[in-house]
Amino acid sequence: MPITRADVQKIAELARLELTAEETELFTEQLSSIIQHIEKLSEVDTEAVPPMSHCNDVEGDPEYAKREDTVTPSLGQKLALENAPDSGDGYFKVPRVIGG
Amino acid sequence: MDLKTTTISSLQKQLAAGEVKAVDVCRAALDRVERLGDLNAFITINADSTLARAEQIDEAIERGEQLPPLSGLVIAVKDNMATKGIRTTAGSKILFNYKPPYTATAIQRLEEAGALVIGKTNCDEFAMGSSTENSAYGAVKNPWDRTRVPGGSSGGSAVAVATGMAMAALGSDTGGSIRQPASLCGVIGLKPTYGRVSRFGLIAFGSSLDQIGPFANCVEDAALILRIISGRDPQDSTSSDSPVDDYVRLINTDIRGLRVGVPREYYSDGLDSEVKDSVEAALHKMEGMGAEIIDINLPHTQYAVPVYYLIATAEASANLARYDGVRYGFRAEDATTLKEMYSRTRDLGFGAEVKRRIMLGTYALSAGYYDQYYGKAQQVRSLIQRDFETAFSQCDVIATPTAPTPAFKLNEKTSDPLEMYLSDIYTITANLAGIPGLSMPCGVTSVGLPIGIQLLGKHFDEAKLLRAAHNLERGLGFSSRPL
Repeated sequence: MPITRADVQKIAELARLELTAEETELFTEQLSSIIQHIEKLSEVDTEAVPPMSHCNDVEGDPEYAKREDTVTPSLGQKLALENAPDSGDGYFKVPRVIGG
Repeated sequence: MDLKTTTISSLQKQLAAGEVKAVDVCRAALDRVERLGDLNAFITINADSTLARAEQIDEAIERGEQLPPLSGLVIAVKDNMATKGIRTTAGSKILFNYKPPYTATAIQRLEEAGALVIGKTNCDEFAMGSSTENSAYGAVKNPWDRTRVPGGSSGGSAVAVATGMAMAALGSDTGGSIRQPASLCGVIGLKPTYGRVSRFGLIAFGSSLDQIGPFANCVEDAALILRIISGRDPQDSTSSDSPVDDYVRLINTDIRGLRVGVPREYYSDGLDSEVKDSVEAALHKMEGMGAEIIDINLPHTQYAVPVYYLIATAEASANLARYDGVRYGFRAEDATTLKEMYSRTRDLGFGAEVKRRIMLGTYALSAGYYDQYYGKAQQVRSLIQRDFETAFSQCDVIATPTAPTPAFKLNEKTSDPLEMYLSDIYTITANLAGIPGLSMPCGVTSVGLPIGIQLLGKHFDEAKLLRAAHNLERGLGFSSRPL
């Protein structure tokens, strides 16, 4: 199924990417050809095949990823803000969200 | 001092005997980095603090202290692993000024064992690529032929080790990003079993596929580094508590009776004839050393590329949602609303390949397509894993070419993303199945480019993989080098 310009614009909106007109054009063509290659999967019979989402064979071990619920120091406000493009008064600063 | 031919164990002896100083090792590395700057292997060099740490090691030796096992090992680290206070870009403009507040567990373990991190190596942006041409910091060149790519995405790490800019390096491998550049640059590259090495501090690409592993000039060094970086880490819930073997001791056993599986699906169309001949000669060598060569089948191999490019991009689209210009890195100016700031930051901050993959992954996960694409890919992934389970009931290791061709030309595949994806065809299955894989040099082409053979093993059976590789390494006696 070919991907249209409108599909690409919708996906870009979902992915929060403000694509240029040239990028939209290029991705329409490239994603169509990639999707066409991917369609090959439809020929595989997967009736009754379970999906595999990870490689850890820990299904039978519910304790595997558990740990004691202990309080440990966190990053802290100063370090957390150190890489921020804009911050002030201990907060991340962003363009106005409501009103204005 | 030639870092290319110095092994970690020989360095330890020389340091202990006072024949060489850690500072000299560092200077030799820095000298190579400077002299071969045109290869563009590094994004950030950590000269002053590395030299200072080397001096501390030399002082400890003079005081007669017992040295940890990797003392003075000059190591390079791919720039998608966090290093506290040292810029970590993941090859992206969007992290151009990011200084992590913590260090990745694998790097921390190396440093605790005495290793010196000389710098951060260039890579494809967010490890997405097979040629290291997708870096916001410029392409990396192959030291065997500067008009060719080093492979990717860990191209800078492979080049650093191939040229003696470092004795060893860390890379990350999501679909072949350690093994394929190792093959194209003529060094050893190991992707451990999923969960063997903590991913804490590794900038996430495809979380169910990503794994950190070493590059080295000999199998013994790779084995030694693996032992140090492996093991359970409370910071990564997918890291395994499966026991870590004494790999270095175990590699010395011979390979008589070892069953080596050869999947015919990996020797078909698109495989370069010189690569095929060289890999087959290596198989013959193993047979001569007492290994048993067995024909096996991995029938779902042809579906691995589509499965991979759905799963990896779906995971990437989620993992890369965090780059929004709020907490770190680049932010687009003059946006008036929050949404505009997000979208513009991401369009200007990400390169073309990263955007393409975010788009593909978002599409695969979007309403109406989830079952058809992502769900289907997860099911076929199960079948690929079952192929390996069946194969490993008949053999101990599997041998294949690492890549279908030797190093290709710069810009040869950049205009056709699908063509680039197909260069990972032999390596991505190991990530999908979670098994360990290693690439090692097995010959050179008529124009002098290295060829790699890939060995795959069972989950957590790195010992057997490294043992097979170590024996083959001795049998082949590969000693060609670039520059």
